[in-house]
Amino acid sequence: MTSQGLLKTEAMVEQLELMGCIQCGKCTGGCPVARKTELNIRSLIYQMLVEPELDVDTHPELWDCTCCFTCVERCPKDVRPADLIIGLRGQLVESGRVPDTIGDALMGIFRQGNPTGIAREDRAAWAKGMEIKAAQEGCEVLFFVGCTPAYDPRVQGVTRALVRAFAAAGLDFGTLGTEESCCGNEVRRMGEAGLFEMLVEENGELIRSVGASRLVAPSPHCFNTFKNEYNLDGIQVLHYTQLVAELIEQGRLKLTQEVKKTVTYHDPCFLGKQNHIFDEPRAVLKAIPGLKLVEMDRSRERSLCCEGGGGRMWAEGTNLQERLAFQRVREAAETGAEILAVACPFCLLTLEDAVKVQGLDHSLQVMDIMELVDLALG
Amino acid sequence: MEVGGWRSNEMRNSCTTFPKAGSLREGPASRVPPSRKLGAFGKVRPAALVIGGGIAGIQAALDIADAGFPVYLVEREPSVGGRMAQLDKTFPTLDCSACILTPKMVDVGRHPNIELMTYSEVVAVTPPSPPLTGGGERGRFRVQVRRKPRYVDVSKCTGCGSCAAACRMKGRVLNRFDEGIAKRSAIYVPFPQAVPLKYTVDPTACLYLSRGTCGKTFLCKDACAAGAIDFEQQEEMVDLEVGAIIVATGFDLLDARLKPEFGYGVYPEVMTGMEFERLSSASGPTMGKIAVNGKEPKDVVFIKCVGSRERRREQAAPGSVPYCSRVCCMYTAKHAHLVRDKLPDARITVFYMDVRAFGKGYEEFYDRVKHERVMYRRGEPSEVYRRGERGDQGGRLVVLAEDTMLGKPVEVEADLVVLANAVVPRTDMADVAGLLGLERSPDGFFQEAHPKLRPVDTCVDGIFLAGCCQGPKDIPDTVAHAKAAAASALGVLVRHSSSTHSSSTHSSSTHSPGGRPT
Repeated sequence: MTSQGLLKTEAMVEQLELMGCIQCGKCTGGCPVARKTELNIRSLIYQMLVEPELDVDTHPELWDCTCCFTCVERCPKDVRPADLIIGLRGQLVESGRVPDTIGDALMGIFRQGNPTGIAREDRAAWAKGMEIKAAQEGCEVLFFVGCTPAYDPRVQGVTRALVRAFAAAGLDFGTLGTEESCCGNEVRRMGEAGLFEMLVEENGELIRSVGASRLVAPSPHCFNTFKNEYNLDGIQVLHYTQLVAELIEQGRLKLTQEVKKTVTYHDPCFLGKQNHIFDEPRAVLKAIPGLKLVEMDRSRERSLCCEGGGGRMWAEGTNLQERLAFQRVREAAETGAEILAVACPFCLLTLEDAVKVQGLDHSLQVMDIMELVDLALG
Repeated sequence: MEVGGWRSNEMRNSCTTFPKAGSLREGPASRVPPSRKLGAFGKVRPAALVIGGGIAGIQAALDIADAGFPVYLVEREPSVGGRMAQLDKTFPTLDCSACILTPKMVDVGRHPNIELMTYSEVVAVTPPSPPLTGGGERGRFRVQVRRKPRYVDVSKCTGCGSCAAACRMKGRVLNRFDEGIAKRSAIYVPFPQAVPLKYTVDPTACLYLSRGTCGKTFLCKDACAAGAIDFEQQEEMVDLEVGAIIVATGFDLLDARLKPEFGYGVYPEVMTGMEFERLSSASGPTMGKIAVNGKEPKDVVFIKCVGSRERRREQAAPGSVPYCSRVCCMYTAKHAHLVRDKLPDARITVFYMDVRAFGKGYEEFYDRVKHERVMYRRGEPSEVYRRGERGDQGGRLVVLAEDTMLGKPVEVEADLVVLANAVVPRTDMADVAGLLGLERSPDGFFQEAHPKLRPVDTCVDGIFLAGCCQGPKDIPDTVAHAKAAAASALGVLVRHSSSTHSSSTHSSSTHSPGGRPT
């Protein structure tokens, strides 16, 4: 083993206030990944506390963490275990010792402003044929599209559905077009603190210059970082389900077409656990005529992570066989639902894959809430 | 205000009872005419007010009364008894809680020096005027107590229960004493050993009182041979003057729904420790049979520290308190023992972070329970969920935890999960603090004057704390605290008697130093 991976523990123990840990194990006990890989955050914290050095290179499972933050939410001593994983990843990133696919994603963001590495000029290609105002001209609501909603062919349909709904409600909104860059939420969680800071500076300046009073993001990941990690001078940050629920509530968005489907809803970690938004997505679904909402056993605070966060969209992790998404779609199928509704582009992709792999695609369809709203708008 | 009539009935009962050997029989109360504006004890001798009729208030009231001073014991509920009355057995001796508590409840009910004011609340307290200025008796608190209407004339009610049997709401009202496991009528006694054993109409459940109509005829009234039911009854205000106040308002238990990861309120198999007490109690709704969904559990999991010992940066975080609740380790050990006693083949798992068995006989009890095939596993569970099909036949609950000794995540199936939810300050602590001018410590409980040297005193002279209103305590500590509060209150009362009533032959003769009242 190279000595390259040896990390002096003392500074990080202090910085992250790990001394408060009482080793109760509630973090690892609730960690969805700990059940399938070697990742044991409670044990890592203990090693940090009692050993002068930690060999980071011997822990490839550090890349397994999805940053669902179940550990942070439940820690009785406010230790924020996931922050240690992010910190340790940072050590690896600094010396370039990261999985190739993570490196590619970071490089894509650095060069083109998105993890796929597709050209920046194509960022607004999803909106071809739609009339969308440039936010730079001034608007009430800044629609921050995000990378996956902008570039992924499957998710682009959701993005367009959201635009149709905004237009139907007469919302004054605009996008940043090709000037928009990755929000950095995943960048930070992959340990690339420097790149994250750069993105916060660039995006922050651009967003503030628009003068919008509200920012809406389709991805809970963008929403999370804008809300909690940027300083946006009082701009109200919303997830799209919050805004759409509000438009329905105000009568500006009228859902008239019946959608006679039994639907269950999967709470995304970055929306539910981390930001406690549980009710608005359900309110939108309940407003759709004819739709029957059923709940999975593990819902709201106990929702099972789809394994798409924390950089896992670009890294397979150490256990390829058992995916949490497989378990999740089986749970969805058990409810008898025909549709598994999601409110996050990563959940949409991971769960849709899982439905196919599990052979459930004849009975269970994964749809974003906006796609259902689109049907109800007629 | 005329209040003597009601009181005198309770007193009449007590005076016809054969006195206990060794206690005071000839108290001043029995000499006071029953009808007067002030509370019955009046000014003859300085009285004490005890707020709260749990074990702390009961013990403090008995100690003061036995020393020869009058006591008003005010309890919000229809009966005294408090939390201890709800318990099954007590650790570490496994005495039946009701068996050791009930005699004390009966004593406060018939003690000639105690005026029991149940179903009543203190609504105003005026502190003593500064010395040598006018207004009221020097050094005395003026107290106003609201007696809520029971809609039952307690002088007539015999406690026979015919009314409850006849009530249209019979079996439809959640019984809070049984933690909602059992149901009662709208007219009720909280539990069979209630003191006083007088029925009370629950105004929120009674059809007549809540909706204005109850069929063509009042079934309860028809059933009551004593003619005790009186829907015209009004609340009464009673004015008291007291020399000392003991606050014994007790505690609440954390609403376990605030820990959503454990599924309390979602799964019938997940219950709180207090619910388990009622389930296990021989006088409880299941006669002590431990059953969930009608079946005896095969796997029982206990989760300790639910909401306790949580240091959260968001101070407002609901569902967590920073302190150790002090009783959970031992009552969980007791629960595990009770399960083993009743279900010899059950698999019993206790998940713990630490085991705190610090009292007399406690570590020994923990040892004993471990030898009774109770598996202690170190690790605070993170989640409870149901695996597989829903419904009675299908999926079982799974407790997710890390066994930190193994260093591995584990999944333990369970038919019953018992949560040791935190002891928390009562929700109306702020109101009571405002009423009495008390301070609260950062944990929300009432602040004692000194954390080590003045554990029952408060920042207000003459007001003392007893029991869990000052912080979580087990029964022995609560009783010790209550006895200390009583001793301190007696100090004040004796001082008052010797200074303000030095001319009274009665006072001086009954309170000679060191002498027992005669």
